[in-house]
Amino acid sequence: MIEFTLWDIVRNLLLATRWTVLLSLAAFVGGALVGMVVLFFRISKKTWSRRLASGYIALFQGTPLLMQLFLMFFGLPMLGLRIEPWTAAVLGLTFFASAYLAEIWRSGVDALPLGQWDAGASLGLHYLQELRLIILPQAFSITRAPTVGFLVQLIKSTALTSIIGFEELVRTSNAINNATFEPFKVYGLVALIFFLMCFPLTQYARRLERRGPGR
Amino acid sequence: MAFGWLPGALGDIAHGAATTILLIAVTTLAGTLLSMLGAAGRRSGPALLKQAIAWYVEVMRNTPFLVQLFFIFFGLPSLGIRLDPILAAMLAMTLNRAAYTIEIVGAGLDAVPGGQTEAALALGLRPRQVFVKIVLPQALKVIYPALTSQIVIMMLESAVVSQIAVRELTYEADMLQARTFRSFETYFVITLVYLALSMALRRLLVAGGRRALGAGVS
Repeated sequence: MIEFTLWDIVRNLLLATRWTVLLSLAAFVGGALVGMVVLFFRISKKTWSRRLASGYIALFQGTPLLMQLFLMFFGLPMLGLRIEPWTAAVLGLTFFASAYLAEIWRSGVDALPLGQWDAGASLGLHYLQELRLIILPQAFSITRAPTVGFLVQLIKSTALTSIIGFEELVRTSNAINNATFEPFKVYGLVALIFFLMCFPLTQYARRLERRGPGR
Repeated sequence: MAFGWLPGALGDIAHGAATTILLIAVTTLAGTLLSMLGAAGRRSGPALLKQAIAWYVEVMRNTPFLVQLFFIFFGLPSLGIRLDPILAAMLAMTLNRAAYTIEIVGAGLDAVPGGQTEAALALGLRPRQVFVKIVLPQALKVIYPALTSQIVIMMLESAVVSQIAVRELTYEADMLQARTFRSFETYFVITLVYLALSMALRRLLVAGGRRALGAGVS
């Protein structure tokens, strides 16, 4: 049997952390892009479009993320796509993030006084120009704290991708635990690594919140 | 797509759903109780206790639930604490959710004006009666919406406890797909069951809250 020193365990965990970080970033960027599209549908003037977006958001907020990941992992191959854990993990977390981000930003758009829209229109701005120049910058600015808060939730959610076989921090720790039989130490270290990633972001979100909207 | 296996699987699905509901019911009660104690300790306890509760909240909020679950189920036995899967799941869920509801409950207790307590004391109620009959109902009314969404979130998170072999809805889904080889269809059906459960739970909590706490609860 191979002996594992504490340093061996830590080193392997830190190597696996790369994938957790990468997955979080990819899902956040992807979720922001898709979330923008959902946001456009959600704040549109057309009723059918708003309903469609609300349904999309309700679907992702009303089902467990684990199920969404399973459906990605087992569903996409049925469409003839060859899919690996990494693809399923990124896609699953992207759609999950898009629903939450769209809803957060929508609350920012709703919080703006209607006069902002009127002012934009009276300056002769087109709908898209209004969004780009007046509404969205303000909406993003006042929802910065919950957006960072959601990033923390997303980082924690990447742990679930270990279940569909993506080799990130938690999956690696399961393997190490099976070799060392030291669950207390291994999972304690994993919790510590997650804490070190999330806690600064939580503090940052709290500071943004205290400072209030605006710059 | 083939759903021929579905009629034979309804019993298992119902059994899994019942276990999921049991998990939520137990952890909602235990979690709310624990967060009341936590909120009280954070307000009026000794400085050391306040510090400890603050750290507890931060640690729980900044680590994944799955890791907490593994730590409790696999890690605690090395300290001599061996738990049944379902007990470990209930413990992990309660501890996890309490970290989120401590602050909600605290905010609710703060929202009740101090004059209410003074008035009740002046009427000759004992301190415990003041808390149970005057302060708590008013605080609950304020925090009820936030509490209901936490309960729904907890139900969605509970899917994870299938990983330590608690026989709830997701575990039954894993077993079913291993038997039928219809992975996508199985998880599709179970996802719909979760969706129905979360919608029903939200409706039920809102309706129940209206009855128990009076109008204006949403």
